[in-house]
Amino acid sequence: MNIVVTVKQVPDTWAEKKLDAADKTVDRKSVDNVMNEMDEYGVEEALKIKEAHGGEVTVVTMGPAKAVETIRKALSMGADKAVHLTDDSLHGSDALATSAALAKVISTLSPDLVITSSEASDARGGVIGALLAERLGLPQLTQARKVTVDPAASKVTIERQADNGYALVEASLPAVVSVVEKINQPRYPSFKGIMAAKKKPLTTLSAADAGLDAASVGLAGAATSVVTAVPAPPRSSGTIVKDEGDGGTKIAGFLAAQKLI
Amino acid sequence: MPTATSRGDLISRRDVDFLLYEWLNVGALPARERFAEHGRETFDAALDLAEQVAAEHFAPHNRLADTCEPTFDGERVHLIPEIGAALAVFAKTGLLGATMDAGVGGAQLPSVVAGACFAFFQAANVATSGYPFLTIANANLLLTHASSELVETFVRPMLDGRFLGTMCLSEPQAGSSLSDITTRAQRQPDGAYRLFGNKMWISGGDHELSENIVHLVLAKIPGGPPGVKGISLFVVPKWLLGADGTLDARNDVALAGLNHKMGFRGTTNTLLNFGEGRHTPGGEPGAVGYLVGAEHHGLAYMFSMMNEARIGVGAGAMALGYTGYLKSLRYARERPQGRPPAGKDPASPQVPIIEHADVRRMLLAQKSYVEGALALVLYAGRLLDEERTAPDAAARERAHLLLDTLTPIVKSWPSQWCLAANDLAIQVHGGYGYTREYDVEQHYRDNRLNPIHEGTHGIQALDLLGRKVGARGGAGLTALVETITTTVGAGRAAGGELAPFADQLAAVTSRIVDITAALGAEPDADACLANATVYLEAVGHTVIAWLWLEQALAAHGRDGAFYDGKRAAARYFFRWELPRTGPQLDLLAALDRTTLDTDPAWL
Ligand SMILES: Cc1cc2nc3c(=O)[nH]c(=O)nc-3n(C[C@H](O)[C@H](O)[C@H](O)COP(=O)(O)OP(=O)(O)OC[C@H]3O[C@@H](n4cnc5c(N)ncnc54)[C@H](O)[C@@H]3O)c2cc1C
Ligand SMILES: Cc1cc2nc3c(=O)[nH]c(=O)nc-3n(C[C@H](O)[C@H](O)[C@H](O)COP(=O)(O)OP(=O)(O)OC[C@H]3O[C@@H](n4cnc5c(N)ncnc54)[C@H](O)[C@@H]3O)c2cc1C
Repeated sequence: MNIVVTVKQVPDTWAEKKLDAADKTVDRKSVDNVMNEMDEYGVEEALKIKEAHGGEVTVVTMGPAKAVETIRKALSMGADKAVHLTDDSLHGSDALATSAALAKVISTLSPDLVITSSEASDARGGVIGALLAERLGLPQLTQARKVTVDPAASKVTIERQADNGYALVEASLPAVVSVVEKINQPRYPSFKGIMAAKKKPLTTLSAADAGLDAASVGLAGAATSVVTAVPAPPRSSGTIVKDEGDGGTKIAGFLAAQKLI
Repeated sequence: MPTATSRGDLISRRDVDFLLYEWLNVGALPARERFAEHGRETFDAALDLAEQVAAEHFAPHNRLADTCEPTFDGERVHLIPEIGAALAVFAKTGLLGATMDAGVGGAQLPSVVAGACFAFFQAANVATSGYPFLTIANANLLLTHASSELVETFVRPMLDGRFLGTMCLSEPQAGSSLSDITTRAQRQPDGAYRLFGNKMWISGGDHELSENIVHLVLAKIPGGPPGVKGISLFVVPKWLLGADGTLDARNDVALAGLNHKMGFRGTTNTLLNFGEGRHTPGGEPGAVGYLVGAEHHGLAYMFSMMNEARIGVGAGAMALGYTGYLKSLRYARERPQGRPPAGKDPASPQVPIIEHADVRRMLLAQKSYVEGALALVLYAGRLLDEERTAPDAAARERAHLLLDTLTPIVKSWPSQWCLAANDLAIQVHGGYGYTREYDVEQHYRDNRLNPIHEGTHGIQALDLLGRKVGARGGAGLTALVETITTTVGAGRAAGGELAPFADQLAAVTSRIVDITAALGAEPDADACLANATVYLEAVGHTVIAWLWLEQALAAHGRDGAFYDGKRAAARYFFRWELPRTGPQLDLLAALDRTTLDTDPAWL
């Protein structure tokens, strides 16, 4: 199995996230950046499939130079090699532009299976898996909480998470699968893995290397734009209801006023 | 409402990176053969891993392990399951062998980086970290001094996380004074020994967390020289192993009881009876032990690991201080209370308490203690690496000398001042700090151990003044003073406020040199050592002032809140803390006899 797994570096979830005042993109410079937590599940699943069926796991990321840290983490968890697409012109890519760039890189790797996670914690678009499948012309299996691969029959079956149960979805390989957190428990890197990661092949591509047209990516190529942004208002202190024997009535009145009951 | 401990509450990663890369130049270490497989990326990945595992597996049960103390039902010790689960994850990462040779499966990580990694665990949960702490110390000792057979039998399974280790020095009647231990080891015809005696305070002495427990035990072989020269070191496993390495028979090591402690509760603390006949391996009472190295050299072996163990204790104290600081900082930003002295309009909203200068005083004091202590323990770790891997012999020797001299301070200063930081963290929390809803009271209780174990504060003082500064004609102190003097020169050259700080440091240092010489010339040893603790504390504050000047120099010319914070803490330390040494040095210079001349009957 030739498995490609996409990962993204995002601002740490506990860090206060900000938008860059100049171009209203996520400010990645002033915060700690980590691997998008859900991507750890994608990497774990890729490694498990490789462990079960053999093959190779290639990590693909698009991001600034610093994003190589996230690649290293995936490699130290056990992935075999990585491709890092990095170019100033890619800055500000929206989901459409990102999926175009990633699809271009992934198509050159001829994968049997592409694994993404269901969303990144910074933008929370949750569409990259679907967009990639469309651009690569592959079947898409999203929201997988369980993945079973049958290389002999060249098919993949997933349990697709639904509101009250799950759906069994099957597709022929190659395919794009996006996973949810329920799927596994990601491993930590080990010291051996960390040392080994240093020696694993890492290909760094510029937009031109990847054959991307600068006008179609980045802020320039984005189909969407952030027109204005204001910080969320600080949480107000809330209403204190004093119980003078009529607490219940007061609460009911409050809820009714909010049109909650 | 208190919130769960998050990764950002342990130790500031920004600070660790600053100290490692912008100050200690750890990025240059991979040029050395021992660290050739490493680079900034492996160091960062190791730190990331430590921070993440500490936050996800150690921090969450810190309070639970405190409230659910270990219990003993007469047969077995019971602990909350989270401790064993965390240790399993820890072992899987390979962190146990972080600094060890590749030949035994280690990662050959520099000690300075490994120490920083381990500190995240200590900040997250100092009690659960106690188990790997002891196991690493135990394994390092065996790797250095034991036969390859003992290493194969006991160290391998320890590094795999299957066995845990202990250090059995203290006895009920012999804590500070190890020459008075009475555990004896009787040589057997087959070359093994049988041990008989009681060991008190043994951390991790019994539990069900691992397949086996490897005790390192100090005991005397009858007929040997008296005092410390007659002490030998033995490996005494809880379970004896068959030829194939599987657990065979229960050794005659019995848990007499658990000690119920103020803090550090998740680490079991035990009174162990060796050879009382509870178990009879081979049909006889007596705990079977295997000699490490040569007879009668046991204390020297133990002490060869002491620098590392004591740096580890200092690091633990620092880590508890650090996390308490970060939690009180967060609290101070969020707690609205009162109004500025100049704006008492009751209609105006209350301000977060961090707006009060007095609260900032408490935060700045903590910052200067915990970041100063972090610099100290990392510097010590860097010296360990220097001692082992510096290219030329003179540099290795100098690092050894400097580390030996600084060790009592590395152990004692954080134990005293990061405990003081925890006290201030409680104070910043007001009434809430005094409750168990918030973590800071537990950090204080946990940290209170550190001035007691691994040689009490008073014993460290005797070590510094009675042995270290006078050793080799005062070479240790000379090396320290030379190092400080170099920094003083750099501070003067940098100018601005660093120049007067450098002058201030130079003046205190030169007083210490004079006073040390005068104390060394004092014929009455009792008079000289009576105020050893004052000496330890004065030298300690001077060393930390030096490290603050070093940090201010590393931050010099750099902008931003982080570097401004370093400058503010340095300023605080020079203005508020270093002057404390004045009266201390006066007492020492006067060879004050107040304590010495106090008759016990008067107390
Ligand atoms: C929680 C905990 C965990 C521990 N874990 C271990 C362990 O794993 N293994 C182990 O071997 N030990 C362990 N210890 C023991 C610890 O090292 C001793 O408690 C310590 O060395 C002090 O010995 P003591 O308790 O007998 O006190 P004492 O030696 O009786 O000291 C009492 C006081 O007298 C002072 N004092 C003693 N002698 C002198 C002197 N000559 N001059 C001046 N002052 C003196 C001391 O500074 C101290 O203030 C642990 C202790 C605790 C509390
Ligand atoms: C065990 C216990 C028993 C108690 N019993 C009683 C009782 O019987 N009756 C009763 O009424 N109360 C009682 N209290 C409450 C106690 O008096 C308060 O906890 C105390 O006054 C501090 O208030 P706080 O906890 O709200 O802390 P805060 O006022 O929030 O203080 C937090 C920190 O900010 C500092 N700070 C706050 N305002 C300023 C300012 N303007 N300038 C500078 N620094 C400032 C404080 O010094 C402190 O360090 C009790 C508290 C405890 C813990």
